[in-house]
Amino acid sequence: MVWETVIGLEVHVQLRTRTKMFCACRTTFGDPPNTNVCPVCLGLPGALPVPNAEAVRLGAIAALALGCTVHPTSVFARKNYFYPDLPKGYQISQFDRPLATGGHVAFESAERGRIDIGITRLHVEEDAGKLVHDRFPGKTAVDLNRAGTPLAEIVGEPDLRSPAEARAYLTTLRQILVYAGVSECSMEQGSLRVDANLSIRPAGETRLGTKTEVKNMNSFANVERALEAERARQTALVESGQPVRQVTLLFNAATGQVKPTRSKEESHDYRYFPDPDLPPLELNAEWISARRGDLPELPEARRTRLEQALGIPTYDARVITGEAGLADYFERVVGAGVEAKTAANWVMGDVMTSYNETGAFPVPAERLAALVGLVRDGVVSHQAAKRVYGELARSPNGDPKAVAERLGLVQVSDQGALGGWVDEVLAAHPAEVARYRGGETKLMAFFVGQVMKRSRGKADPKGVQPVLQEKLG
Amino acid sequence: MRGAATAREVGSRLRGAEPLNAVLHWSQELLDAEAVRVDAMPEAGPLAAMPIALKDNIVTVEQPTTCGSRILEGYVSPYNATAVQRLRAAGALVAAKANMDEFAMGSSTEHSAFGRVRHPLDPDRVPGGSSGGSAALVAAGVVPAALGSETGGSVRQPASFCGVVGVKPSYGRVSRFGLVAFGSSLDCISVFGRTVADAAQVLSAISGPDPLDATTVDRPPMQAPGPLPDLRGLRIGLPREYFPDDLHPGVAAALRRTEDAIRELGGELCEVSLPHSMFAVPTYYIVAPAEAAANLARYDGVRYGARRIGAEGDIRSLYRATRGHGFGPEVQRRILVGTYVLSAGYYDAYYSKAQQTRALIADDFRRAFASGIDLLLTPTTPTPAFRAGEKTDDPVAMYLADIFVSAISLAGLPALSIPVGRSEGLPVGAQLIAPAFEEERMLAAAGALERVIPADGEVR
Repeated sequence: MVWETVIGLEVHVQLRTRTKMFCACRTTFGDPPNTNVCPVCLGLPGALPVPNAEAVRLGAIAALALGCTVHPTSVFARKNYFYPDLPKGYQISQFDRPLATGGHVAFESAERGRIDIGITRLHVEEDAGKLVHDRFPGKTAVDLNRAGTPLAEIVGEPDLRSPAEARAYLTTLRQILVYAGVSECSMEQGSLRVDANLSIRPAGETRLGTKTEVKNMNSFANVERALEAERARQTALVESGQPVRQVTLLFNAATGQVKPTRSKEESHDYRYFPDPDLPPLELNAEWISARRGDLPELPEARRTRLEQALGIPTYDARVITGEAGLADYFERVVGAGVEAKTAANWVMGDVMTSYNETGAFPVPAERLAALVGLVRDGVVSHQAAKRVYGELARSPNGDPKAVAERLGLVQVSDQGALGGWVDEVLAAHPAEVARYRGGETKLMAFFVGQVMKRSRGKADPKGVQPVLQEKLG
Repeated sequence: MRGAATAREVGSRLRGAEPLNAVLHWSQELLDAEAVRVDAMPEAGPLAAMPIALKDNIVTVEQPTTCGSRILEGYVSPYNATAVQRLRAAGALVAAKANMDEFAMGSSTEHSAFGRVRHPLDPDRVPGGSSGGSAALVAAGVVPAALGSETGGSVRQPASFCGVVGVKPSYGRVSRFGLVAFGSSLDCISVFGRTVADAAQVLSAISGPDPLDATTVDRPPMQAPGPLPDLRGLRIGLPREYFPDDLHPGVAAALRRTEDAIRELGGELCEVSLPHSMFAVPTYYIVAPAEAAANLARYDGVRYGARRIGAEGDIRSLYRATRGHGFGPEVQRRILVGTYVLSAGYYDAYYSKAQQTRALIADDFRRAFASGIDLLLTPTTPTPAFRAGEKTDDPVAMYLADIFVSAISLAGLPALSIPVGRSEGLPVGAQLIAPAFEEERMLAAAGALERVIPADGEVR
């Protein structure tokens, strides 16, 4: 039997606000426990929530970036359940009238080519606090710094057909949200969390099988691994004639396995109802269209533009637009006069390496452009330029030409100097000289390399070969 | 040194009123400190050293706020309610925290974990509720005004029982920030006064929008109006559903007298109909418990208030033990009802239906006012104050004590109760109801009636 996998993802992202969803407490990550709290987010008697306009704005921008319809009226609702990290005994969320519905995310699937994954809805809500199990032996502590942090929950349609597609979807989704400036989308800091629903069905079947929910993944790679494990688990169950039960499973990154939680609360009844503390959220049409104006150029549009306007390959455009900052840098380098493909090579090479290590661009774009100009003009070799780049990265105020000179990397094309290095090389390798003269002309490359080595990279390779040919001839 | 003198007098009156059990927290030291604060104010403020009692579900930094519940025994809020801040800024002295039905759930102030409140005129009777402590303190002359709270009549009903003025503002007129929530879509901080003028002064001091309460309405604070010289030009509607045949004869007589007074003052009376008000009590007892079940979920023993570790030692057991011991039977009953009506499979039958009914009830009022009616007049309660213990075993009988007040709460309208006579020595109240945010019209008319109706006079 061939099984089709059906996956739908629910993604929570923390909206990039300074303060919480319903109070003025800061949202800083990593502060000492229970320092960013107030009567509202502690759920003290008599405290009331007041919506954070910036969170609503970012939620609307996120929704528009995903092609959703932002509704002029949405309603905050209480989701009721008891848990020690939930101060009020309910979470303020949105239920039957979410902020936005009906968007999509498009990307290239390795298996199916370009696909469009539906976004069912996007709503805003507050986060819960955090239980701390390792601080007091034998006891559980509660840290409510995170309680009340604004989140957007993005519910995707069950349109994904493989764990790899799920990962690609997440990568694309994150790119869009980071571009839109609505969230840091960092799984490590908990500003992006994923719950995955998976079911299988015989290929060709249109009804959905029983789904399970997989949680506790701390990276996109682990989402893929967890879903692979769950797909294998369900397939084994069904093929041995057992039913799939609707359970929640936790992924264990160490073992790569998923295990059903032992929770007895499987059929939670959250008893949603409109939060009487909060009037319906009314957003007028002008406001919503102004938010559309807040949207920057999104990754796909930018990729297409870079491909078409600058003629760089699709692959290059995809890598460069992977992060808005990288693409901005690239465009600055091109703007400073560097030919697009050359700029792309630099950006995808040394620039990206240092960006991935430090999260920054240690060499200003204009300086990189000057360095590339030195290569184009034959002042330094490409190899030498990479050394100069490394040096510039350490001392960003350096002038590329001056650095190249200081490091002795300016190419030498002077016939006399080149002749001297050639003489030394020929003298050092009499056997190879004899073989060359005996007709083994492919040794030319060897001699050029030796000259470069002896000159410590300073010899202009274009000038070396004529001198060698003359002396060997 | 007006405050200092007031503090001493109020202290002595509070000591004298101890048998009423109307107070949960007060101390001479705190009163004296309030006096020092008030006397140091550069201007006396509109409430000029007026001592005011607060229902114990309005949070204050200086005293505990228990809501009449074991689960909050000893709880002290780290912040003051907006209404308290405004009262103090207007020059009032916070005198005491008043006893109440636990979490404002009740109509007799017998459901306090700290003992029932006695009616000032007859210790065997109830003062009404849930703001019975505040009502009794005003009726006993301990303070000229007090804050209570209304969810479904909890100020008007005890005002009627105790023979004082009780004013519920429009929903959204007074900030709920710092009022411990019961039914958030209904809750209103409301005011008791010895006179309409005192109540109006206090209400105007606490009214107005508050950035900390998203449900306050962006309108300027209410102005306390003077009494109207007469009621000429006012059309006052008598909703026939509020004058049933089996209305208590003393209440019926007091209302007839009120109608006479209106006519004598030149007002016009006309019969109107509010057909959906008959569904108010059942609607209220779905909406309010649903909201309460969520609002009271926070009392779980995790962060503050009483905590009991349960037998199993796990978190579920802690919840069960804390809430099982901390909440009294009426609160537990409403939490269970509220949880039930929101449950999957029952939501549509109960909560949704109740919301629809609520809209119909409010529509009746809108139609009546749109037809040219300025105010409505009804009895506040079907009977005068009943005996303690009379209804404690029959929750529905207790709920029906609010039959004439709950529709107004569901509609979010302003209403007040003024004393209009006594029946067998017990006060009877009449209720005036106004369109939303027309408190001033209602208070001015009540001021006119107050001047001509002898509140202490026996009616037949």
